[in-house]
Formats: sequence, C-alpha cells, structure tokens
Amino acid sequence: MSRHTTEPLIIGDRTFQSRLLVGTGKFSSNETMRDALRASETELVTVALKRANLSGDNDPFANILDYLESDRYLLLPNTAGAMNADEAVRIARLAVAAGLPNWVKLEIHPDPNYLLPDPIETLAAAEVLIKEGFTVLPYINADPVLAQRLQDVGCATVMPLGSPIGSNRGLDTRSQIEIIIEQARVPVVVDAGLGAPSHAAAALEMGADAVLINTAIAIASDPSAMAQAFAKAVEAGREAYEIGLGKANTSAEATSPLTTFLNA
Amino acid sequence: MREKLMGGFASRFSEVFKRLELSSTLEIANRASDVEVERVLAQGRANSLNEFAALVSPAAEKHLETLCRLSQRLTQQHFGKTIRMFAPLYLSNECVNICKYCGFSRHNDIPRITLDIEKVEREAALLAEQGFRSILLVAGEHPKYVSNGYVEEVVRRLAETFPSIALELGPLETPAYQPLTQAGCEALIVYQETYHEATYRSLHTAGPKKHFHWRMDTAERAYEAGFRRLGIGALFGLHEWREEALALAAHTQHLLKTCWKAQINISLPRMRPAAGEFEQVDFLQDHHFVQLITALRLFAPHAGITLSTREPSTLRDGLIPIGVTSMSAGSSTEPGGYSSFDETSFTPTREQEGEQFHIADERPPSEVARAIRKMGYEPVWKDFDQSLLAAV
Repeated sequence: MSRHTTEPLIIGDRTFQSRLLVGTGKFSSNETMRDALRASETELVTVALKRANLSGDNDPFANILDYLESDRYLLLPNTAGAMNADEAVRIARLAVAAGLPNWVKLEIHPDPNYLLPDPIETLAAAEVLIKEGFTVLPYINADPVLAQRLQDVGCATVMPLGSPIGSNRGLDTRSQIEIIIEQARVPVVVDAGLGAPSHAAAALEMGADAVLINTAIAIASDPSAMAQAFAKAVEAGREAYEIGLGKANTSAEATSPLTTFLNA
Repeated sequence: MREKLMGGFASRFSEVFKRLELSSTLEIANRASDVEVERVLAQGRANSLNEFAALVSPAAEKHLETLCRLSQRLTQQHFGKTIRMFAPLYLSNECVNICKYCGFSRHNDIPRITLDIEKVEREAALLAEQGFRSILLVAGEHPKYVSNGYVEEVVRRLAETFPSIALELGPLETPAYQPLTQAGCEALIVYQETYHEATYRSLHTAGPKKHFHWRMDTAERAYEAGFRRLGIGALFGLHEWREEALALAAHTQHLLKTCWKAQINISLPRMRPAAGEFEQVDFLQDHHFVQLITALRLFAPHAGITLSTREPSTLRDGLIPIGVTSMSAGSSTEPGGYSSFDETSFTPTREQEGEQFHIADERPPSEVARAIRKMGYEPVWKDFDQSLLAAV
C-alpha cells in the first residue's frame, strides 16, 4: 500500500512541509507553549510583537522570544495591537530593527473585542510594507475582493478568518473562502476561529493551503496533545484534497430515467 | 434628522442613564425566578441587561459553580490562560475633594505629598526592577498637576521604561486629555464610585467631584482624546450592590457601543479601611463578589476585569481561573511608598498615615506571579508597546 506524500507549501521564497501555522498567545506558560509548538511540528509560528522586548535588551519579564526555537520554525512577527496602518508599519519596522525576520503577519484590528481586521488600513499597510521588502501575510475577513486587492499589491498569502478569533466556531465564512480559494494566486491560509481538528481538516479538504491555530491549542487541557491532533487533521485534510474527494450526492438517482424518449 | 435617529447611541452615558428605568431591572435582580436564571445559564451568555439582572439575583446564588464554569470558559476563550500584571504608582495624595470614604479626602489630617519627577522616576525604577512593564499613575484631584504639565512630563519620562501607562486622576475635558495621550498614555481609569445619585451627592460634598453626571461621561471624553483602554468601576460598599452592578453593566454596554475602538476594563473595588470615619452601607460578601464577576463575564465576555491588592490573597488566587484578567501586586497606595521600605525583604506594611486605603494582599510581585503560575496561568508583564503610539 503506498502512502501519499503531500505537496509542500510554498510561501514567498520559502518551502514548508507542514501546513499548520501556530500562534503563541493565551498559553498558560512559555514552557507549555514551547512544547506545544514542538509537538505540532509547525514550521511557521506567529508571535505578537507587543509581547516582546524590541529594544534589543534582554528582558526577563518580556522574554517570549527566548522560548521560540528559530531552528525549528520560521518566526512570523505579527502586528496585533495596531489599530491602523501607521501603527502596524511602525511596529513591523521595529521588529526588523530588533533582528526579527522581515516576514510579517499583518493584523490590524481597531475593535479590541472581536478583533476583526480593518480592510482599508490593512491594504494601506500592505502596500507600504511590500515596497519596503517585507513578505506580508495579511489577516483579513473572508472578503474575496479584498483578497484580490491584496494579491494585486504583492501579498505572499491571504489569511481569511473562518470565524472571529477565539470563537471556536469553525468555518462560518465557508462560502466566501471557497471563492477566495478559487480565485487565489497565492496560498490561502485560513486563520482564526478553528476550534476543532475537524474544522482544520475541512479547511484543507476544501482547498485551503494551510491553517493557523492558536486558541484551540493554547487553552486545551493538554496543549501538546491537542497540537498533535491538529497536525494529524491538517495532514489528513490535505491528503484528501490532493487525492480528490468524491462529491456528496445531493439528490437520489431517479428510478425512471427522464431521457428515455431520446431513444424512442 | 440622522442625528436624531441615532440619538440612542450618540448620547453620552449620563443622558442614557437618566432615561434608563433601572427600577424594573432591579426588580428582576431582586426577584428573578429559578426558571429565568436557569434559562439564562442554559444559553451561557446574558444577552440583555435583564438577563444580567437574573444572574446577580438571589435565585442565581445556588448556581455559583455553574456561573464560575461558564465564566472560566469565556474568559479563557478571549484572554487565554494569562493574567496581565500592573502596579499603581501614587504621584500625589493632595486633593481638593471631600469624599467621605477616602483616605485622601481633603478633610483628613494626613501628610500631603506630591512626588517631584526625580522621585517618581526612582519609584518607577523600583517597580520596573520587580518586573512591571505596565503602570497605573494615580493622583488625587488637584488642578496643579495637570495644568502645569506635571503629569504629562511624568508620562514622557516613564514611557521609556513602561510600554503601557494608565492614568487615574480627576476627570478632565477632552482637550486636556490630548497632551497626555500624545505623551504616551494608553489607558484612563475613572470610577463612578456609586451610580446612585442621592448617595453620590451625600458622599461628595465639596470639590469638582460633586458633579455626578460630568464624572459619568469621563470615559467618553477620554476616548475622544485617543485613550485606547478605558477603565470604569464602582466602589462596592457605598450603596446596595445589585443596583450598582446593574448601572455598571449598563455603563459597560454603553461604552462597548460608543467607544468601539477601546478595550473596556471593569474594576470592582470593595471598601477597605482608610483614614476617616466611614461606615459601609452594604458590604459586598465574598460569594456575591464572585457572582458579580462571573455575571459580568457572561454579559460582557470581552471586557477586562481587574482585581487589586485590596482583596486578600486567598480570594485573589481563587479568582484567577474564574474571570479576572489583570491584577496589581505589591502595591503601595501612598506617594513614595515603594522606596520607604526594603522591597527585597518585603515585610507586611503597617497602616501608613498617608495612604489611600490599606491593602490586603501584601505579597511581593514575584510571589503573586508564582501563585498565578501555580494556578496554571501565565503572568504577562508586557502586552503593549509604546511604538504603537509613538508619532513617526
């Protein structure tokens, strides 16, 4: 029996074997986070710059970066906390100055409650950052036209949300994400709201190139085990997508054919 | 015309509050049926003020365990297994107000101190050494701090060390707040103390604080000046707690709608002994306190909830996994209080003459952080960066 080997994920100039991106917020300790990241076998990890010390000094009270193992995965700094394009651009520049990669997960949420992304500011910031040489991965609502506009200005991925951050609601935006995937010229990463491995598998099955998971792993009673569960689901979902899923039948076959008159 | 149509949300809370018929809601808070409480608990959220009222009712008391479980889940979903750490730094205890319950009240014969900026920096350095990257600057209400740029200068100096700076001072007009946000302040805290107008008037007999409605709209004025975190609260013990809770919940809901770009943070300080002779009207019992915190969580899942060192350590530790999102630690409520004792061998402080109130959790910050970790939570010291605010 042959085992299917899935295609690698290519974002910008980098190739990844894992299609599971993991976030670093909400963990009960830095050690738990580090272990869960290892267990997930992720190769791309996002971290909120606002939690890190960007001055270049070693700060034991803002040392999240010390627990991120850059030999295992690429660090993807994110701009969480930014409410507009200027703020996002500023903190991204600071990250590079502090020696972090010039990849940025662009997230601009003026609403601190549902953390929904501002499309206008995101597009504006993406343009500036791409001109400055950043590899930009924007977090967006599942808006196909916005996804197109961001690809036009040179974003390396688009990252539509499945549902609001932390909501565990899964692929509420499925029909819009389907359009984004159909039209995509860059990898589509479903970000936010995926609360169960089955949600992640469903995203990959429908053709998303990757998913980003944070809350569902971070607040699980055993984050490392949950990270592995997601890793398996992502792999299974991708395999199924590449093999090709049978279409679900929506109606029964008619018992008396309707076209017999053609043979008469 | 359009303004008129949108009037409901465009108004300040003081206007909304006048129209708010709290008496029928209070009726629910006092007399909700078991059936109603169980219905709200079954949906896992309080979707209206009336549903919130049911959760603070006597009938909900026997469901405290369920309330805690639901609250824990919502809190972890939105805030993770983390507790944000901050420390208050008292700049001054000079005050022009008479507040009958407060140690800083102008009729109290206490030593009055305003720290000079170098002294503030020394105090702040001690807090930074302990790990704090988020600081709350507190001062009594006195025109001389703000009008002469004192607070602004303090903020400018501290912004290099503290990524997050919050303020708790006497209410100001929007234009007076602007230099403070430009200097690097991120949050503004102002407690209504009591939302019961008659009680408010009887407790605040002199000074600018006697203006009940003007104080009520402070958070909105601050939002217009660019503050991105707004803290509100009531001082429990001044008036019947259920009525305070309803008003505070209504205020929270109003701010979530009108100040949609701000993080709303709720504080629920309970009366502590302080200078002056003040007798509490309605002490908020521990189990009611827990009921209130969890009910607020089910009503406003995204609102931050702060727990200060007013509360004793056992209660604070117990509340960590239930709904609280930020905590102070090792606090001194007296200007200059951090350098007046040896912080490396932190010993319980005696009641100080010039403090605002006496704290109950006297553990040093490192010990509080250990307790948080022991509960399976991560103490987060830095969760904001000045670069987000800095002018280019």
